[in-house]
Amino acid sequence: MRDYNKLIFEISREGRKAYSLPKCDVDTLPVDELIPEKYLSSTPTNMPEVSEVDIVRHYTNLSSKNYGVDTGFYPLGSCTMKYNPKINEVVASYDGFRNIHPLQPEETVQGALEVMYELQKALGEITGMSEVSLQPAAGAHGELTGLMIMKAYHRERGEDTKRTKIIVPDSAHGTNPASASVLGYEVVEIESDKNGDVNVEKLKEAMGDDIAGMMLTNPSTLGLFEPNVNEICDIVHAAGGLMYYDGANANAILGVTRPGDMGFDIIHLNLHKTFSTPHGGGGPGSGPVGVSEELAKFLPTPTVEKHGDVYTLNYSKPSSIGKVKGFYGHFGVCVRAYAYILSMGAEGLENVSANAVINANYLMQALKGTYKLPIDRLCKHEFVLGGIENDNGITTLDIAKRLIDYGYYPPTVYFPLTIHEAMMIEPTETESVETLDAFISAMLKIAEEAESTPELLKEAPHNTPVRRVDEVSAARNPIIKYT
Amino acid sequence: MHRYIPNTEADLTCMLDRLGLSSIDELFRDIPRELLLENGLDLPEALSEQELISKMMGLSKKNSGVNELTCFLGAGAYDHFIPVVVGELVSRSEFYTSYTPYQPEISQGTLQAIFEYQTMICNLTGMDSTNASMYDGPTACAEAARMAVDSTRRNTIAVSRTVNPEVRKVLDTYMDLCGFKIVEIGMDNGATDISQLEEQLNDDLAAVVVQSPNFFGIIEDMNAVGELLSGSKTLFISYVNPISLAVLKKPGEYGADIAVGEGQSLGNSLNFGGPYVGFLATTKKLMRKMPGRIVGQTTDVDGKRAFVLTLQAREQHIRRSKASSNICSNQGLNALASAIYMATMGESGLKEVATQCMQKAHYAQKKLTENGVYKPLFDRPFFMEFAVTSAVDPSSVNRDLLEAGILGGYQLSREYDEYTNGLLLCVTEKRTKAEIDKLVDCMLETAAKEGRGMA
Repeated sequence: MRDYNKLIFEISREGRKAYSLPKCDVDTLPVDELIPEKYLSSTPTNMPEVSEVDIVRHYTNLSSKNYGVDTGFYPLGSCTMKYNPKINEVVASYDGFRNIHPLQPEETVQGALEVMYELQKALGEITGMSEVSLQPAAGAHGELTGLMIMKAYHRERGEDTKRTKIIVPDSAHGTNPASASVLGYEVVEIESDKNGDVNVEKLKEAMGDDIAGMMLTNPSTLGLFEPNVNEICDIVHAAGGLMYYDGANANAILGVTRPGDMGFDIIHLNLHKTFSTPHGGGGPGSGPVGVSEELAKFLPTPTVEKHGDVYTLNYSKPSSIGKVKGFYGHFGVCVRAYAYILSMGAEGLENVSANAVINANYLMQALKGTYKLPIDRLCKHEFVLGGIENDNGITTLDIAKRLIDYGYYPPTVYFPLTIHEAMMIEPTETESVETLDAFISAMLKIAEEAESTPELLKEAPHNTPVRRVDEVSAARNPIIKYT
Repeated sequence: MHRYIPNTEADLTCMLDRLGLSSIDELFRDIPRELLLENGLDLPEALSEQELISKMMGLSKKNSGVNELTCFLGAGAYDHFIPVVVGELVSRSEFYTSYTPYQPEISQGTLQAIFEYQTMICNLTGMDSTNASMYDGPTACAEAARMAVDSTRRNTIAVSRTVNPEVRKVLDTYMDLCGFKIVEIGMDNGATDISQLEEQLNDDLAAVVVQSPNFFGIIEDMNAVGELLSGSKTLFISYVNPISLAVLKKPGEYGADIAVGEGQSLGNSLNFGGPYVGFLATTKKLMRKMPGRIVGQTTDVDGKRAFVLTLQAREQHIRRSKASSNICSNQGLNALASAIYMATMGESGLKEVATQCMQKAHYAQKKLTENGVYKPLFDRPFFMEFAVTSAVDPSSVNRDLLEAGILGGYQLSREYDEYTNGLLLCVTEKRTKAEIDKLVDCMLETAAKEGRGMA
């Protein structure tokens, strides 16, 4: 049914319905007696009118046009598309988690507060940070929250108007400079050196009393552990700045090393990456923020606290940056992440990183003779290829699209920007060596095709619900709703 | 080995061999020795699946939710009925285990569902364009304020005091740390003081934020706000309850420039506050100023209709520090739940939900206030929430209600000092006459017990 090509509005028929509600059992009055007519709408909502069977078939057919982690191998770099355990979905759906109101009296939600408290503690231990807030909704939101804390810190010292710049390496996720600029910071980009590391000399030159701090991803988006991380932290600290850790790439460091021990002051994690919660086709994610002891007072309110055996929400934190989101964050996502940590235990988490790293190196080793590997050294959770040498004009995009024909979700392409024709591959620990071997065969076969039958790549994918789409017209003449 | 990690010891040995390494430790030799964690993480041992179920079930049972207690609590999160198909369909793992739809050829399911969601949000709000969803209502409002600052090149946002305090707090944080100013518009009898708003209009004002139905459930005179702002450069940001729009005037009908709100009511569970889904809809003119993902319709190389992420030139992965926002995720699965909810309820179902909320809330308000112990705090038209006041301490009321198995109202003194004994109650379509009658009886009993009842 992958040829199904109807919009829900196109199957709508007046008078059909898919709902049933109990009869209104209270005494009613005409609506215009309850509410003055000038407040009432005169236009329909134009919602579709369909039967329940229509709904079920429509969305089931749509789902069959999607590729998920449950469909197959999803080596999307920097996205950590690991298996999303089924049990986590089940526990998050327990009535006592799913159907509780955020403003209920605290004595009726002690279990929920305990989950939050214990998850905060576990994330603090994993990252080596003193305190954690679960409020941010996503990774980028965690970055924004972390930078807000940085700004509040400098403001308390009377230096916020002077410290107007944030340092970001050129290999950073695009969200880093974007988050900094939302807060009015000027972004100073530091070039990487030829090994893909932060150029320490350039960093020293950029330092001054106008620097609020630096955002660093470690391992970097190239999948490389920054060897000079200690020195970098020292340089920034000596100039009065703070160090921010972008934890989007934390899958390689669990139980191995901790950003708190590296010298970072503020971190965020992506529960939807490292901690196995599903990506949901774009969200919901969750981006908890952790801070050093000195910065704990700036965390968003409320914080979850434990007094004796009782869990409470503390709203009275005078130095707090305030609220960054409604209520307490993505609680439903936090329940899943907590269940994951409990399922893994300390040893399991160490195994996660060991296997994530060996899987990445195994793929890199097998592909580097055929594909360009601009930086060839031990990688962590991911690595970045630089396309393929060929005379047929085959690009990274063509390789990516051809991988779809072989049944794979393509890697992240054209990022990081520092690598020409970049192809960023992150296998994660939940893939077996057989899966990796099959992927390697497909990649090698595609490399052969790039020479022998390049049109197969240029025209790929061939057997998908739609083929390559016209993105240019979509942007030039946007149609963003059905009319 | 662990059940989520397939490589066996033998596999690892082979793989290490292929890499020319002799141990797992060597995989981490690039990490400076002094940074390596020596004694491992101080976390409990792994639980088996059975142990995990028992532990999490135990924790969940320490909470009493809206299926155990009868919920009259609203204040920004609402206990509406969610048709079973919503949960069933969003549980399809092709939806929930996929990523942001970067590769359109194998993401048409997510893309089309979002395109339909965008259409529904535009229809519901009467606006021209919308994005693929926001984190939640409060952050959607903060992003709308940023859009207003950016597009008007003005620095101040005026916010009515009747806007949900949760929304205002998030707005405060964003505006404060982004270096913008917030001014408050006062209120009169539970609604925005329109004459005060008129006095506060000036050339520094990027936008005015008004909520309707407002935090107290009162329907604001959005026509008046729209007229006041029409022709001025100051944008009108309207914070709305999506369910109410099946009955009440749509933001597009009264001249709003940006409509935002909390989409939780549309098919998303209460989840102790999240994940929810925010919406942000605007005019054609401001389309390219919107944050976040947007799905557009196009064609593939064979001329077939297809959907794709579009207008990406606004976004962080292309523009980096020049992006319209740092946001790169949407609430994909929650937006999907909302779309399925709206499709299931349809034109008449949404209207029925809105009407039942309204009728039941009015029945409850009348019944509760008819003998004078509890008085309406305000005298204005309302939707499904209303505030009452009395001589009784609302914490005693709530305590007694809880004992009777009822989740009582929101104590207004938490955020509004002047309403010491104010209680905000919410009545959705889920409540029955019997439940409402019981609420009223309990509340009157408390009043009588405290010696505050009618003699």
